[in-house]
Amino acid sequence: MTEPLLKVRGLKIGATIYPPGEKSREIEIVHGVDFDLAPGKVLGLIGESGAGKSTIGLASMAYGRGGVEITGGTVEVNGRDILSSGLRDVRRLRGAEVTYVSQSAAASFNPAKQIMEQVTEAAIFQNKFSKKEAEERAVELFRKLGLPDPENIGSRYPHQVSGGQLQRCMTALALCPQPDLVVFDEPTTALDVTTQIDVLAAIKEAIRDTGVAALYITHDLAVVAQVSDHIMVLQQGATVEYGTTDQIINHPKEDYTKALVSVRSIQHEEKQPTETPVLRVEGITARYKGTNFDVLKNINVELHPGQTLAVVGESGSGKSTLARVITGLLPPSSGKITFDGRELTPDLPTRPLEDLRELQMIYQMADTAMNPRQTVGTIIGRPLEFYFGLKGAEKQKRIQELLDEIELGDGFQDRYPAELSGGQKQRVCIARALAAKPKLIICDEVTSALDPLVADGILKLLLNLQKIEDVAYLFITHDLATVRAIADSIAVMFQGEVVRYGPKSQVLSPPFDDYTDLLLSSVPEMKLGWLEEVIANRKMESAGN
Amino acid sequence: MHPIVKLVAQRLALGLLLLFAASILIFAGTSILPGDVAQQILGQAATPEALENLRRELGLNEPAVTRYFSWLGGILQGDLGTALTNGRDIAESLSSRLSNTLFLAFWAAVIAVPLAIFLGLLAVRYKDRWPDKIISGVTLTTISIPEFMIGYVLIYWVSIKWGMFSSVAIINDSMTLGQKLNAIAIPVMVLTLVVLAHMMRMTRAAILNVMQSAYIETAELKGLGMLKIIRKHAFPNAIAPIVNVVMLNLAYLVVGVVVVEVVFAYPGMGQYLVDHVSKRDVPVVQACGLIFAAVYIGLNLIADIVSILANPRLRHPK
Repeated sequence: MTEPLLKVRGLKIGATIYPPGEKSREIEIVHGVDFDLAPGKVLGLIGESGAGKSTIGLASMAYGRGGVEITGGTVEVNGRDILSSGLRDVRRLRGAEVTYVSQSAAASFNPAKQIMEQVTEAAIFQNKFSKKEAEERAVELFRKLGLPDPENIGSRYPHQVSGGQLQRCMTALALCPQPDLVVFDEPTTALDVTTQIDVLAAIKEAIRDTGVAALYITHDLAVVAQVSDHIMVLQQGATVEYGTTDQIINHPKEDYTKALVSVRSIQHEEKQPTETPVLRVEGITARYKGTNFDVLKNINVELHPGQTLAVVGESGSGKSTLARVITGLLPPSSGKITFDGRELTPDLPTRPLEDLRELQMIYQMADTAMNPRQTVGTIIGRPLEFYFGLKGAEKQKRIQELLDEIELGDGFQDRYPAELSGGQKQRVCIARALAAKPKLIICDEVTSALDPLVADGILKLLLNLQKIEDVAYLFITHDLATVRAIADSIAVMFQGEVVRYGPKSQVLSPPFDDYTDLLLSSVPEMKLGWLEEVIANRKMESAGN
Repeated sequence: MHPIVKLVAQRLALGLLLLFAASILIFAGTSILPGDVAQQILGQAATPEALENLRRELGLNEPAVTRYFSWLGGILQGDLGTALTNGRDIAESLSSRLSNTLFLAFWAAVIAVPLAIFLGLLAVRYKDRWPDKIISGVTLTTISIPEFMIGYVLIYWVSIKWGMFSSVAIINDSMTLGQKLNAIAIPVMVLTLVVLAHMMRMTRAAILNVMQSAYIETAELKGLGMLKIIRKHAFPNAIAPIVNVVMLNLAYLVVGVVVVEVVFAYPGMGQYLVDHVSKRDVPVVQACGLIFAAVYIGLNLIADIVSILANPRLRHPK
């Protein structure tokens, strides 16, 4: 057997945390992890947030983000222990032998410098290539990664290319110095599904062609199944299971892995429309101030009481703008909205309190949607006072009822948002929306920031609450798996228009329009070889046309 | 039209508007000052007829709006009026004073700005370690001490004890550049010490802010050294806030040197202004005020424009 390129033994990583109101203290976030990576192989590190996967990835470059510090174990790259070597040696390793692709290329590129300069910087600085050679290599990589106009794209600035293109540029940046190992840290997570598939294919091809080894870090098992040879499942800083991709995907041993593989187990029978819709959107067209194009073009949808309308689309499709129009934050330029049989005024300040109460909203980032200085009790109690004038014991009783409904037990009333997990925070936001006894809740990407298992729990809760409270959801999401799980009807949006609309069973069955077909076929499936299949199909189709 | 041209044109227009507003404020401010110029010139013993005659001669009986527009009209033609006290043309007296003030401010800026930015970079490089603490401590001390105090302390040590530079900063046209620089050395030191802290701390804060960005991590993971990261990746993105504070301080160097000029008997704008304020010479005060306002607005305008130009999103639109 060949000598491993990367050999990690007993890796322990600690961090200093600063809990509010307490003294800072050291905690251990990775508890002794071992693995090997042979040259040219790809190891997938998978786990939910807090599993320590990014931390482990960065440890292979002897780097700790923020207050993170490697406290024990060894990391060998090409036979050298990089943890015991000095900063000078580590700097010679970074950007030369091991390189890094981050989740957000948009943030990881310096906005003030041209792409080419940044892509070739490490290769030149580390004396791997001359400036001319490095630039030729970069152009070659741009071409290989399928970027448009590979000769000239390097002279552009990061903001001048799209997110998907920038993510490919980041891959070129990592591959340009001809490293032995690339750490891919959630490289496609921030992308739309239809973009993700292209970037994923480009990354996979680049890995194969250059023979580079890779650590592929992601929370999405379906994605990692497409690119890696081996998979290591992590949970809270420890290895749960390690095996070949086939083993992990098709024959998982541990319960946790099984749960990850079978996530999205929700079955939801679609309900029949009733006589009168609770929300009717007719001919809505809207644009933002100071722009000269319509973000929404003639939108017509209906939502029936106690049902869920999923508005699905990619970033920039106008789905969140639709929510802004319905809530009155952005008055439309034409069209009307009927809510519970009465027409809503176009802008928020003119709406009566009753309309405000019956139309609530839950946001993607539960973190920023709550006042960090207020306790959960205050946060949930506010709409009770505001809409119903509840006080004292009555209010307390209602708060407790709501906490029970969102399956948070006693003692949560006095906690602050910072003391809650991501899923718990979102539950509190749901309780706050429910406190107003609304007829309609607009859920804007409410599960997007959550780990799959946690998101699953939230969706189950929402469905349950819908049964009890008979509330309708306008569910905005980019995630088709979520849509399948909870929707009764679906509106597919593309560039400000609803391109497909109807009951779930109808929208998700063929024949499809082009965009819906592209969208549906781009959602990664948890099976080996799925990526190749889709790409081959698409090539055949385009050849056939 | 390129968006930058539009933005810059907007800023320029805004600057002119501001200057116009400042002229109204200055005129209104000096008009409501207590006291009477005619009385001041003629003294307590003047007869009512003499006072009335002088007022008419000076146009003081005209309504304020008329006086304002004739004043403004004169300024637009380069006529700042004549000083009441000695009847000399203000523009003429001011030009040499202004150039002296600019001379002093220029040399203070030449030393202070690069020094402040360098110290700021150094403080970032050794953040929370002793070089950072010493730099912060010393510059905060010097900004906290009144400048006349620093002035006298420096005169005592540098000039009197060590005999290095002149304690009086009087310059005239017959001096060579070397002699002039020797004369203004101590005032330049004082001004440098006064403006250093502000610029240095802003540089430090702006760069530290940028150092939190993900692209700094990218640079670190390329194996680049700290100084190179600060210079190549952090500084270009911190230019806008730094330029803003630099310009504010440059404006201070021109406008706020009154005390230093008085301490060192330096023949600049500040002293000229102080002299004529005490003599109630309103036209001179107005002219000085307007020039100071123009300098302030002009420098901040430059800061704005540099900030716009430093933004790659505006410089290279999609």
